[in-house]
Amino acid sequence: MTEKRTVDEEQQGQQGAGKRGARGVLTRFLTGTGPILGAWLLLCVVLAAFAPNFLEFDNFTQIVVQSAVIGIAAVGMTFVIITGGIDLSVGSVVALTGMLAGISMQDGGSGIVGILVALGAGLLIGCFNGFSTTFLGITPFIVTLAVLSMARGLTLAVSKGQTVYGFPPSFTFVGQAEILGVSLLVWLTLAVFAIGYVTLSRTVFGHQVYAIGGNMEAARLAGIPVRRVSFLVYAIAGLCAGLSAVVLTSRLDSALPSAAEGLELQVIAAVVIGGTSLFGGRGNMVGTLVGVLLIGTLNNGLTLLNVPPFWVQFVQGVVIFLAVLIDALNRRR
Amino acid sequence: MSEMQDAALVMEGIDKHFPGVHALKGVNLRIEPGQVMGIVGENGAGKSTLIKVLAGAYLPEAGRIIVNGEPLEANNPADALAAGITVIYQELSLVPGMSVAENIFLGDMPSRGPFLEQRQVREMARELLARVGLDDLSTGAPVGSLRLGVRQLIEVAKALHRDARILVMDEPTSALQRSEVDLLFDVVRGLRDEGISIIYVSHHLEEVFEICDAATVMRDGAVVGSKPIGEWTMDSLVQAMVNKRLDTLFPRRERERGEVALEVRNLTLDPSVRDVSFQVREGEILGLAGVVGAGRTETLKAISGVTPADGGEILVKNRERKVRSARDGLDAGIVYMPEDRGAEGLVYSATINENLVLSVLNRISRAGFVEGGKYRSLGQRLKERFGVRASSVRQEVGELSGGNQQKVVLARAMATDPTVVLLDEPTRGIDVGAKSEIYEYMLEIAAGGGAVVMVSSEFPELLGMADRIAIMRNGRTVAEIAGSEADQEMILEYATSGAEPGNVEADG
Repeated sequence: MTEKRTVDEEQQGQQGAGKRGARGVLTRFLTGTGPILGAWLLLCVVLAAFAPNFLEFDNFTQIVVQSAVIGIAAVGMTFVIITGGIDLSVGSVVALTGMLAGISMQDGGSGIVGILVALGAGLLIGCFNGFSTTFLGITPFIVTLAVLSMARGLTLAVSKGQTVYGFPPSFTFVGQAEILGVSLLVWLTLAVFAIGYVTLSRTVFGHQVYAIGGNMEAARLAGIPVRRVSFLVYAIAGLCAGLSAVVLTSRLDSALPSAAEGLELQVIAAVVIGGTSLFGGRGNMVGTLVGVLLIGTLNNGLTLLNVPPFWVQFVQGVVIFLAVLIDALNRRR
Repeated sequence: MSEMQDAALVMEGIDKHFPGVHALKGVNLRIEPGQVMGIVGENGAGKSTLIKVLAGAYLPEAGRIIVNGEPLEANNPADALAAGITVIYQELSLVPGMSVAENIFLGDMPSRGPFLEQRQVREMARELLARVGLDDLSTGAPVGSLRLGVRQLIEVAKALHRDARILVMDEPTSALQRSEVDLLFDVVRGLRDEGISIIYVSHHLEEVFEICDAATVMRDGAVVGSKPIGEWTMDSLVQAMVNKRLDTLFPRRERERGEVALEVRNLTLDPSVRDVSFQVREGEILGLAGVVGAGRTETLKAISGVTPADGGEILVKNRERKVRSARDGLDAGIVYMPEDRGAEGLVYSATINENLVLSVLNRISRAGFVEGGKYRSLGQRLKERFGVRASSVRQEVGELSGGNQQKVVLARAMATDPTVVLLDEPTRGIDVGAKSEIYEYMLEIAAGGGAVVMVSSEFPELLGMADRIAIMRNGRTVAEIAGSEADQEMILEYATSGAEPGNVEADG
């Protein structure tokens, strides 16, 4: 068995060495972000042909604004999934941190307090997720599933099921301000992606994230602090969820106990559509950005085309299925 | 012709190639009903391939297999099973969460319609368990709660349920305690008396002498001897296993020995390493010999901090170091190159460059940011220095051949500028060309003042490379021999039998 496998590898290796190389970058692009970018452009072309307002600049801005909540959370999720983990608690954490922010501002608290409360609470919950998975050794799926339930429960408990609304301008400006005629949310989303991109591709931490997802044991033997890095990715995901909550709550000018229900699935879908492998070790921020835009564009386009909301969810499901299918086929090659 | 019909199993001229390897070269084997046939040979001699052919997992290109006078066309494992051939592999195939009875009847539960015949299941299971000496075992006990020796016997019971006439056991005792081995041997003798033929593959030669009626020796894919056990001696058996080949592969060179680079005192890692002590000097290569499970890998892992030791001291250049993690080990100048490059060595989804720099990311970064120029130049330099053949450092490491992958692992280890280099089976599963390159690098490392400890199951490699050989058995070092004085017979005897012949330089 050992003999057979290694000999086979030998052959593949030699063939591979011949075929790849100069075209390696192109190949990687074509099997990585390429197809999804193509799919997005195709979708844009189709929508431009059938939906009259689609191509307007304002509509594009609108897509990004509507995608900001998913997008910011997806940046954190990308880190988590590349390490081979998962965070199912994102939606509930957005709801809880948004609600806590809302409550903190209820009696005349300033917007800064609200923002700090949301970010702080998100970070704290992320640390809890990270601690439970890396130091207590509980499977991420189970930990974050439990936290999903706990966070949603806490949201309902602290709000007594009531919507909290009426926030100071020092908070609502996040969702309403414009810079150079473009919504602050667009800039904010792009900035978060840029930071995520640089962290993932340029820092020691980013390299360690990929190594852990690719082969945790090899990473450990190579001297990488596996636990610390795994802990941090969940903390980052929590922080991003807190920021998503600020965006959502300020845009709506209200904190709903039922906010962001099922958000985690859309976020995970965006990340996976963007080419990040659920098995870990592969993926990148550009892919996630395109994945987020694809989902956002799809929602936007279906609305412009007056497709009934029920079908929107179905079509989303089909797109996710196709994306995962492509991933599986790539894996088999 | 009548002879042939008497035999339980005849294999004739079995030939099997893998790309680049002639794994089985016209193997002939004959086993009588009720015979226990031992098959011995070095790693890579073809034992496993032969078993797989017998099990129907591999299709031979030439030759035929005759079971009880009937030619066997085993195209898949089910055919072999139907012909009465059952293989019990080293890694047992029991389901831990299921009961004893469920495991015995796995996939073949006595049932009426959709309902299990509970009573029949219990009775049949009891009957089978009695045949393997497990009269008292509860049929409802979950297998996961049982000792390994008992699980082994349950595998046998499972085979009996399938009417096995030829039972192949691959290293059945490698993880058993002596009392469990005795139990197993009693069962084997009982089955032999029932007329069942047993093929017993083992590294433990003294067990082969104890339980087998005959022994077949394989070397380089061919059978080099098959005789009744009475006609073998320990010496002649080992002599037959050992091949006198390619001494040219190991250019012996005199090297300067420096200070003691690594000293290990009373190292303990429960339950595999017990009270191990040794020293290695700068410029020296120490070989660790022993059978599978002797604690060699665990010793290396404990020294490097990959699996922190439970007790003992580790001194690098006479300074005691606390090594509680792989990072600690690297910081202390100890680097470990794992045995299984796929599982523990490489990140297959990442590029060659990425794998090469993984242990020294901090050295090529500033304020947490990896410096692109240093990253690429270090990767390129390591790739060239260790002769990794690939079109580019941006190629994914999983696409490389075994030999080139191994060079990447070695290059990454050497990038950490280690004082002590621990190599675990450094040439496993790679071709001869890559092997000789790895040997060359090992000699260079030693010549440059590095202290090398290598674990190897290949005797020629061990004898050819090591200045000194420490032999381990059951977690202890039982002997230390100068490389120039050691031979394979000597090592095998220490490693397996516990005999104490002369020439012992030091103990422990």
